Amino acid sequence: MDHLSELENRSIYIIRESYHQFGRLGMLWSVGKDSTTLVWLCRKAFFGRIPFPVIYIDTGRHFPEMYAFRDECVERWGLDLIVARNDEALARGVGPDTGEKLTCCTLLKTQALKDCIAVHGFDALLLGIRRDEHGIRAKERYFSPRDRQFQWDYENQPPELWDQYTSQADDEFHIRVHPLLHWREVDIWRYIQREELPINPLYFARDGRRYRSLGCMPCCEPVVSDASSVEEILEELRTSKIAERAGRAQDKEDAYTMQKLRALGYM
Amino acid sequence: MDRASLAFVMVGHVDHGKSTLIGRLLCDTDSLPDGKLEEIEAAARAEGRELEFGFVMDHLREERERGITIDTAQTFFSSPRRDYVIIDAPGHKEFIKNMITGASQAEAAMLICSVAEGVQEQTKRHAYVLKLLGLAQVVVAYNKMDLVGFQEAPFRRVKADMDAFLGRLGVAPSMEVPISARRGDNVATRSGNMPWYDGPTILEALDVFAKIPPPTDKPLRFPVQDVYEGPEAGDGRIVVGRVESGRLERGQSLRFLPGGQVRTVREIRKYGEQDVASAEAGECIGVVLEDDGLERGQVGGPQDDLPSPTRRFHASVFWLSPTPLDLERQADALALKCATQEQPCRIADMLERLDSSTLELLPREDGRLRETEVGELLIETAEPVVVESFYDVQELGRFVLVRGRDVVAGGIVTRPEA
Repeated sequence: MDHLSELENRSIYIIRESYHQFGRLGMLWSVGKDSTTLVWLCRKAFFGRIPFPVIYIDTGRHFPEMYAFRDECVERWGLDLIVARNDEALARGVGPDTGEKLTCCTLLKTQALKDCIAVHGFDALLLGIRRDEHGIRAKERYFSPRDRQFQWDYENQPPELWDQYTSQADDEFHIRVHPLLHWREVDIWRYIQREELPINPLYFARDGRRYRSLGCMPCCEPVVSDASSVEEILEELRTSKIAERAGRAQDKEDAYTMQKLRALGYM
Repeated sequence: MDRASLAFVMVGHVDHGKSTLIGRLLCDTDSLPDGKLEEIEAAARAEGRELEFGFVMDHLREERERGITIDTAQTFFSSPRRDYVIIDAPGHKEFIKNMITGASQAEAAMLICSVAEGVQEQTKRHAYVLKLLGLAQVVVAYNKMDLVGFQEAPFRRVKADMDAFLGRLGVAPSMEVPISARRGDNVATRSGNMPWYDGPTILEALDVFAKIPPPTDKPLRFPVQDVYEGPEAGDGRIVVGRVESGRLERGQSLRFLPGGQVRTVREIRKYGEQDVASAEAGECIGVVLEDDGLERGQVGGPQDDLPSPTRRFHASVFWLSPTPLDLERQADALALKCATQEQPCRIADMLERLDSSTLELLPREDGRLRETEVGELLIETAEPVVVESFYDVQELGRFVLVRGRDVVAGGIVTRPEA
């Protein structure tokens, strides 16, 4: 079995385990390359029809191309879409310039997600994070419990032996499931190429720059690049030494912002 | 280009340099992204330390403050020959469950030992875990050679202790390399400081590890993971699961145990693929059978080559929970999870109790098995399960024990009772 098929099979196994275990399962979909790959893997796991909703957290500050791409995929794949939005904070005008970035992320993303989980009663969520994105994500488990306050008890994570994952959540927990943990950025692009997946045009270079990691408009910087196709992105990754999330503001506030954000329930 | 990727775990006693060696490997093979070195320099300065290569892996603030690894982490790097997944494991006894989590995902191991301190408690415990988990490919790195003036004699002394201990376990290291992770000697490049050593560097030693192939040559084992209704109306039911060993063919007759149903495979389903004739170990598939009536936990296999379901088996069990096993009070029921099977179980007998570091047998009178201890247990499940010796088919020979939602132990089946 080749490398990509090995990664794919491991992910499908995890997706099916989570669907078996959890009565109310949802998946987070940012419309980026990773979570779109995850949507595709879920389609494979369930033979074309995903039996649970996909959740889009809308901060109101995403790129227009992201909304357009989202609606196109929903249509094409028949997805059951839930939009999660913190309208109260948006009405107050919360943004990256009104205080610390940590506060903006926490209100517009983490709080929006908390509310969405409460309304829909999700007991587990699939997320497309990968270990090679960030040092703190390198420490994640495939199945990662969060308490009622969303806290991640990273000093006391459950053991995860072979393919045996943490069991059914009781009332105060929800579980984060990470079926793409073992994929690298380059694997994602090779897989997109192999499977001919649709991909958001923001990843392709325009005027000498492209987005390598997508988030909100004010906190996302494009990197210098001429790569305007999947093939060219793969070629660029072969030589690039720029960190994938170099354009993401949250990672730079201080060395532990991601740890703080993730402990508070950030994705 | 599709390069193979090999996963190895870095183990050894606390502060013998596991994280430092990984940081050094990444740095010297030019695998760190731009700015990473500057970031860890700044973080080290903030803690009042010199540059710590260990900070590449130790990313939690608590880890950097205390200068230790708390949780296992994985990172990626490439040698000219292939890609690697490096699994860093903590060296403290209190984090042994994180170490085992890391080791259970690996195909090979690097055991690191400081020549300044020699073989220590966790050096031995980790070596024992490697043995228990069946990780036969081991390289030993003798670190901190700079602290003993790069002399051969202290290296020989520690190596003799190590070889004696590994010999007792029946572990034969493929390579033994003297290094200084902090200074980079014999990590990615050959050291000029140890002319008496003419063996490989760490990077070269890694390339000797063999990729473990999926067990396609073993008899077929296909545990039912779930049963879905097909996506189209009138599609019928699809039995999904992963082929754990061997190969499954369309048209083949399978027996499913426990239960004993014999079913013919009418179709193998993989989304987006037409006309699938067979699937091999590692593949997640769906199968359409005539009249399945099957459920999760049943194991499919060739009619004449499946182990009999049993309620009793012998196992080596590594206890991971701070709350000990108490043979006299098993009211808080345990459950066994093996492949997709889950069954309530009790411990019928403890035949041996072992200190996983000293390998000494411990007294069994009080009927307790404590954290980090290993018991040779006779396990009895409520209903029959399909298990095999770990040495025959690993996938049906390894399991965890859970109490409520917590995994409290990991184990391997040594002998099912007929």
